[in-house]
Amino acid sequence: MSAVLTLSGLDCFYGEVQVLHGLSLELNKGEVLCLLGRNGAGKTTTLKAVMGLVPAKAGSIRLGDRELTALAPHEVPKAGVAYVPQGRRLFAEMTVAENIEIGLMARGKGKPTRDRVLDLFPVLRQRLGQRSGTLSGGEQQMLAMARALCLGPEVLLLDEPTEGLMPSMIGRIRETISSLRGEGVSTLLVEQRLEAVLSVADRVCFIENGRARETVPASSLRDNPALVRRYVGVG
Amino acid sequence: MSFGPHLLLAVLEGLVTSAVLALTALGLSLVFGVMRVVNVAHGEFFMLGAVLAWAISSMVPGYPSLGFLMALLLSPLIVGAVALLAERLVLRRLDYNPEATIVATIGMLYVIQQLALTFYGPEARAVPPPFNFRLQLPWFGYSGYKLSIIAASIVLMLATWFVLTRTRIGLVMRATQYDRETAQAFGIPVDRVYAGVFALGAMLAAVAAVLIVPIQQAHYLMGLDPLLLSFIVVIIGGLGSLRGTVIAALIIGVSDGVISVFFSPTLAKIIATSAVAMVLVFRPQGLFGTAPR
Ligand SMILES: Nc1ncnc2c1ncn2[C@@H]1O[C@H](COP(=O)(O)OP(=O)(O)O)[C@@H](O)[C@H]1O
Ligand SMILES: [Mg+2]
Repeated sequence: MSAVLTLSGLDCFYGEVQVLHGLSLELNKGEVLCLLGRNGAGKTTTLKAVMGLVPAKAGSIRLGDRELTALAPHEVPKAGVAYVPQGRRLFAEMTVAENIEIGLMARGKGKPTRDRVLDLFPVLRQRLGQRSGTLSGGEQQMLAMARALCLGPEVLLLDEPTEGLMPSMIGRIRETISSLRGEGVSTLLVEQRLEAVLSVADRVCFIENGRARETVPASSLRDNPALVRRYVGVG
Repeated sequence: MSFGPHLLLAVLEGLVTSAVLALTALGLSLVFGVMRVVNVAHGEFFMLGAVLAWAISSMVPGYPSLGFLMALLLSPLIVGAVALLAERLVLRRLDYNPEATIVATIGMLYVIQQLALTFYGPEARAVPPPFNFRLQLPWFGYSGYKLSIIAASIVLMLATWFVLTRTRIGLVMRATQYDRETAQAFGIPVDRVYAGVFALGAMLAAVAAVLIVPIQQAHYLMGLDPLLLSFIVVIIGGLGSLRGTVIAALIIGVSDGVISVFFSPTLAKIIATSAVAMVLVFRPQGLFGTAPR
């Protein structure tokens, strides 16, 4: 297996407070790697560091053979990384079409068209003129994913995509993640609850206090509740 | 003159004020809306626009139309370049910190003002209007140039609205305004957007000043009034709202015209300032602004 994205020895700070302590992990080509950990463990910060939104004080982030920490934040998406932030962070005052347009502006040459992205989420096609802040939670999540997929990314960062969604919606998001995996997209998926990831993740990496503790195959977790309990608490 | 025509005259004068004010306030509002920077030096960009208009038009004495046209094109460009420089040298280094930039732009205010005093001097100087056509109404004649200020302002406001809502540049500006971090995650070079917006804001003030300078002389202290009035307009209209800016500029400009003509200019200022106080107490986000989430 070859790694597409490699984080090694990453230190990140908010002001004086150190949040990531020498965090290292590898995302392999075409896999779904899930970051699991308690609230405040540093999962979101890890994704933000990859996007260049939180500076790395030490360590490196390599995409293939490119060093991402050397890029300005706005150059990271063009390098091939797309980001679906926690809480979706849509441009709520803008229409669905405008949100998608912003995603399309960030894509590299010869990447997916608007039609291909909308084919993944047909509901959005009927809502193009609607203000995105007025969509339902599930539709907003789909839009956030559609906006990111406009980039035709090599690596997709998903921060708690199922947070606050109805079960039927959660299934729908999971299907999308699986089908992207089939297309060779490598996904770094952040979740807080185990059951949200078991069916889609290839491997699970436990994050605790800003450190990557252990990485195990997702299939091994069913038989190892103690491990899960240790890093995520009950459930 | 009887009451009706008198009122019409007052309203026309008010509309001219509104036209210039709307452009100036729009510049202030864009800069605050997108960058969260309260630009205390905004009025000095206005003054600089007027002073440069005088300097440029006096290079071609005897050809007022040509001189004015050159001023209209060049003065905003030069002011935009000055603003760009200020943005690079000062605001960016402060990382656009809201408090620090207030202090820094106060500093810019004095620097620009003193430079104008040094190189332009303390005199008030007039720029000849590009044409002297008078529109003869049944009751009084009215300056065709003043009417063209109103028309020019409408055209520029519509152009700004078009750019903001119908073009990619506008989309990028709005994305930056709503969520700087997410904008970056979608490849938007936020610092370049900031630089462009700051220059654009200053250029709007400069255009407004070039338009007004044939009827109100250029002077190195002339930036204070537009700054104050722009703040009033932006607070009443709601920051970042184009529609609010236009409507508030109309309210302030026309009421200023009418009250000044029938009562006194001081009373007009008192009423405008009280209106701001009322808005701040009862609707702090402004009449058309959206409440922060
Ligand atoms: N903008 C911020 N400023 C200061 N501290 C922050 C900020 N964002 C997160 N933190 C802190 O950093 C730590 C890690 O946060 P985060 O990466 O969001 O955790 P997770 O996503 O795993 O819940 C937490 O202790 C949190 O309080
Ligand atoms: Mg988080």
